Amino acid sequence: MEVILVFLSAAIVNNFVLTYFLGICPFVGVSKKVDTALNMGMATTFVMTMTAAVTWLIYHFIILRYNLPFLEYVAFIITIASLVQFVEMFIRKASPALFRTLGIFLPLITTNCAILGLALFAVLREYDFVESIFFGLGAGAGFTLALVIMAGIREELELADVPPALRGAPITLLVAGLLALSFMGFAGLLSV
Amino acid sequence: MTENILILSILAMGGLGVAFSLFLAIADRKLSVKEDPRVEAAMRILPGINCGACGLPSCHVFAERVVEGGVPVSGCLAGGEEVATGLAELLGVKVEKQERLIAVVLCKGGHAESLYTAEYYGEKTCEAAHITGGGKACIYGCLGYGDCVRACKFDAMAMNDNGLPVVFYDACIGCGKCAEACPRNIIEMHPESHKLFVYCKNRDKGAVARKVCKVACVACTLCVKDCDVEGGIEIIDNLAVVNYDKCKSSEAATKRCPTKCIFNDIERLNTKEAFYASQRKEAV
Repeated sequence: MEVILVFLSAAIVNNFVLTYFLGICPFVGVSKKVDTALNMGMATTFVMTMTAAVTWLIYHFIILRYNLPFLEYVAFIITIASLVQFVEMFIRKASPALFRTLGIFLPLITTNCAILGLALFAVLREYDFVESIFFGLGAGAGFTLALVIMAGIREELELADVPPALRGAPITLLVAGLLALSFMGFAGLLSV
Repeated sequence: MTENILILSILAMGGLGVAFSLFLAIADRKLSVKEDPRVEAAMRILPGINCGACGLPSCHVFAERVVEGGVPVSGCLAGGEEVATGLAELLGVKVEKQERLIAVVLCKGGHAESLYTAEYYGEKTCEAAHITGGGKACIYGCLGYGDCVRACKFDAMAMNDNGLPVVFYDACIGCGKCAEACPRNIIEMHPESHKLFVYCKNRDKGAVARKVCKVACVACTLCVKDCDVEGGIEIIDNLAVVNYDKCKSSEAATKRCPTKCIFNDIERLNTKEAFYASQRKEAV
């Protein structure tokens, strides 16, 4: 039960993109097409889940055990970087077309603050191993959700009669703001 | 104690580093992708704008195919001769000459010439306007919302003051995107050698056609009679159609047209510079 709450909390109530404003770069950069957004979301979800699991192990079996809290950031970052590298190899093998569509945003998952944020949050909130994994999954699902909703809206926007002054980046940022505002409706539902 | 922490942290980070590098090394072996280095080289020669003029989704796909030999080296229309020679050099093949294609807009019925029977308030694209018929009475003519201009990735088209698209002879690379975008198929792709065009698509009877547009083809057959080559122009469905197998150019055929909708070799005059100069003049 607890893990489901953790999942829902990370995915919807405390959505990483729309509530914490983490990972805005790919949120704006890869949300032009629903297809690409979904694939980017999947890649990020995978990295997030793996990161949550691996960093939990590193934190509890290395950092806590030998009392090296100052290594937290460095250790987490090399974990994330390695996992992203792995995902990159995997996507390159599995789908070269997707690899080219994601382009620079794939290696940029490394510096996606949502992922480092996730690892640090999981430590801060003292989740156990299973909860951590679900936290990662939920955060990934929330990220995917935000990206896909945004891509859906932007696909519709292509056909809309947007005032010339707002075309392009301004309307995208406005939409992102409204989306975040609407997600505030979930605020306080869960406090996990 | 301090030394202890120092050693521990070095060991911890070193260990993690080694563990992750091992993991990645194994993954790299298992997931390695072999790519022909010539594809990369071809990519550097290609324009890389993914215009789709070659009929393939992206420059990368074109590069792969051209290395395999699936498409000719001259297949990249955007790159033209320069790219074709470059690719031919890279792959050790010969360039086959292809005649340059130009987009021709076969409608002269702009705002001034057309009869409007409705006001169109819908989405400002030809694709949408075509569904309801737009505002003009002529259901064959240009809708004037510029889908073709938006489809052009080479800045080779613009809408003139009369609400008609103009193709710039000097900038068009013949990709055919505008022809694809036009819901009424008014834009056609023609080789450079085709000079004679009937700028009308109206297939209604002469009297009806004339009522909706001042420059419609009324199928009077004068051009058919005057054409230099017998059978160079035919009337099909109340519309004069040039038969390019027999006749590519004829000045005589254009002389007596009562509605002035047939011209010989005027595409060449539409250059980018001339167009913007004329627009400025009219604005003043």
